Amino acid sequence: MATARPHATVEPWQDPNAEPILRIEGVTKTFGKVYAVDDVSLDIYRGEFFSLLGGSGCGKSTLLRVLGGFEIPDKGRVLIDGVDVTRVAPYERPVNMMFQSYALFPHMTVEQNIAFGLKQDGRARSEIEDRVAAMLDLVRMGQLGRRRPDQLSGGQRQRVALARALARSPKILLLDEPLGALDKKLREHTQFELVNIQEKVGTTFIMVTHDQEEAMTMSSRIAVMDAGRIVQVSTPSALYEYPANRFVAEFIGAVNTIAGTVVDAGEDRVVVRAHELGQDVVARAPQPIPVGTDVSIAIRPEKIDVREQPPSGEDNVVQGKVADIAYLGDVSIYHVRTDSGHVLRVQETHAARTADPHYQWGETLWLVWNAADAIVLAS
Amino acid sequence: MARPASHSSLWQLWHQVFTDLFRWIGVLGRELSSSRGRWVVLALPMLWLVAFFLVPFLLVLKISFASAVSGAQPPYSDMIGTAEDGALTLRFAIAGYQLLLTDSLYVTAYVNSLVFATVSTLGCLVLGYPIAYGIARASPAARAVLLVLVILPFWTSSLLRAYALIGILRTNGLLNQLLMGLGITDAPLVILHTDLAVYIGITYNYLPFMIMPLTANLMRLDFTLLEAAADLGARPLTSFLRITLPLSVPGIVAGSLLVFIPAVGEFVIPDLLGGPDALTIGRAIWTEFFSNRDWPMASAVAIAMLALIVVPMLVFEYVQDKRLEGDRR
Repeated sequence: MATARPHATVEPWQDPNAEPILRIEGVTKTFGKVYAVDDVSLDIYRGEFFSLLGGSGCGKSTLLRVLGGFEIPDKGRVLIDGVDVTRVAPYERPVNMMFQSYALFPHMTVEQNIAFGLKQDGRARSEIEDRVAAMLDLVRMGQLGRRRPDQLSGGQRQRVALARALARSPKILLLDEPLGALDKKLREHTQFELVNIQEKVGTTFIMVTHDQEEAMTMSSRIAVMDAGRIVQVSTPSALYEYPANRFVAEFIGAVNTIAGTVVDAGEDRVVVRAHELGQDVVARAPQPIPVGTDVSIAIRPEKIDVREQPPSGEDNVVQGKVADIAYLGDVSIYHVRTDSGHVLRVQETHAARTADPHYQWGETLWLVWNAADAIVLAS
Repeated sequence: MARPASHSSLWQLWHQVFTDLFRWIGVLGRELSSSRGRWVVLALPMLWLVAFFLVPFLLVLKISFASAVSGAQPPYSDMIGTAEDGALTLRFAIAGYQLLLTDSLYVTAYVNSLVFATVSTLGCLVLGYPIAYGIARASPAARAVLLVLVILPFWTSSLLRAYALIGILRTNGLLNQLLMGLGITDAPLVILHTDLAVYIGITYNYLPFMIMPLTANLMRLDFTLLEAAADLGARPLTSFLRITLPLSVPGIVAGSLLVFIPAVGEFVIPDLLGGPDALTIGRAIWTEFFSNRDWPMASAVAIAMLALIVVPMLVFEYVQDKRLEGDRR
């Protein structure tokens, strides 16, 4: 899931001299008394595939609409290439948007849809024709230029919407849930295709999505949003392995969270008394945490090892019985109920082929994990 | 929508009446959608059309081929009669139609009617489009109020409305008093009994027929299309001309037909508001029918109007529908 993409290794956000193509400064947008976007600041760099990720109503779409010029923020500024565009009308911005509903013009052919923006720019006719053909080629729709939107499948419409939005070579392309209307199989295929197209054209993409898997697959960086605020901005892998708080840890992937109180603090590790487990657990702590602090321990299901015999010399050992088994083909998910009644989720990869489940219902198991694999989060 | 309780009671009543009516119609429809019931559903409107449209139309058609017989009751000859040898005879008189082609009076009447109807339809379109657009973009609660306001004038008779317009437009009427009171004009404008008064009258009377279909059409317009157009660099005027206007053509056509067709045959408004030379088809029919007691001539004028104007328009609309359906496939 957390795949490192080739150009994601070039990390302009790490370079203090890099100029952002888009700078969002303290943008706030309210609807009535509701803060849709609450004091958001963000720098996005040229060539990034940036995702705004969050549940419905978290403000990600409103923020995208602010960037597109469809909403004017109450406070804050939006700068594109250093130019303040906060109050610039949509038709004068160097950005284009791919709408969630695609918003294709139903009375125009595919070609006319793609040519629409180019005509507004007053380009020469031959230039428009060449550009339309190139765009149709890019999204592999060369044969269907003369069709109308209602004669196309959902996937084809999505391609036309992308081609239309890219035709004017915007500095930034905004994508509002670009794959939301596609079925699961097509969506997975299109994810990679969209990334390939982005790499080919080199345009900065900013995508809004509620699907964490989609964001992880496609993005160079992800901003996780909640209640109008940005909770964390990171690369997909950093977001997964080093979530800033419990919200991010639970939003990205599956996680076991164990509440507890710090009873002993060492150099880079803490001992936490986990009331739900009825025992102490050891976890890595990047910053020293004072004794007595209430914290959550987060541990990913695939980082827990399963033993059928009582192990020794491990950082953390928890005993329990198998309560539920979910066989998913590539992996199995086990719900293990500890003696204290707390349920932990464990994931086992099926590296070798066998039709038998590794463990049975009710079987007693010992769960083992390294202190370094558990994250301590402020409660 | 939260409303004060006292304010909402009338609304709730209306709402209740309408929803109950629709529900009742829905129940009736389900009851009737069994295979036997389907015939009833089709037969009811068919019966209505046969009884109140087809039969009267055939009667008029029949009378148009008779010849006038003054003093008789009814004042025209029988179509079916017996000859002297007792054989059954059918008599067709085409004198009325011949006169239509030869007497310039009727040609003038047709041209006048077409001009009145065309100008008034354009007037309705120009006035009605922004109104329909505003209603379509209003919130659902405001939309209901605005639509009622559009229909409200229909609760008085069109004759009364025409007389009201006389009161407004005449030389010492409300409009002239207002204009002179504000110092915009020194002398009263002569509007009543001119063509302008007819345009105003027909436009005012038929405006709702334009607004209704246009509103229904514009309500279906997906406003994200306009955002998409703006996003692609189109200024508001371009968005309107390239997106809104083309997509509302079906509404424009429907509204224009609803205004144009009855406006061509309009009698009351040109008669009351127009000048003495404002001869229209409606006036021609009235004169033939009531002054000249020439029923066949009046019928011929009416049938010719139908053949010349209404039939081509209906054919046009039918073809348009077929083409739209074809596009969709």
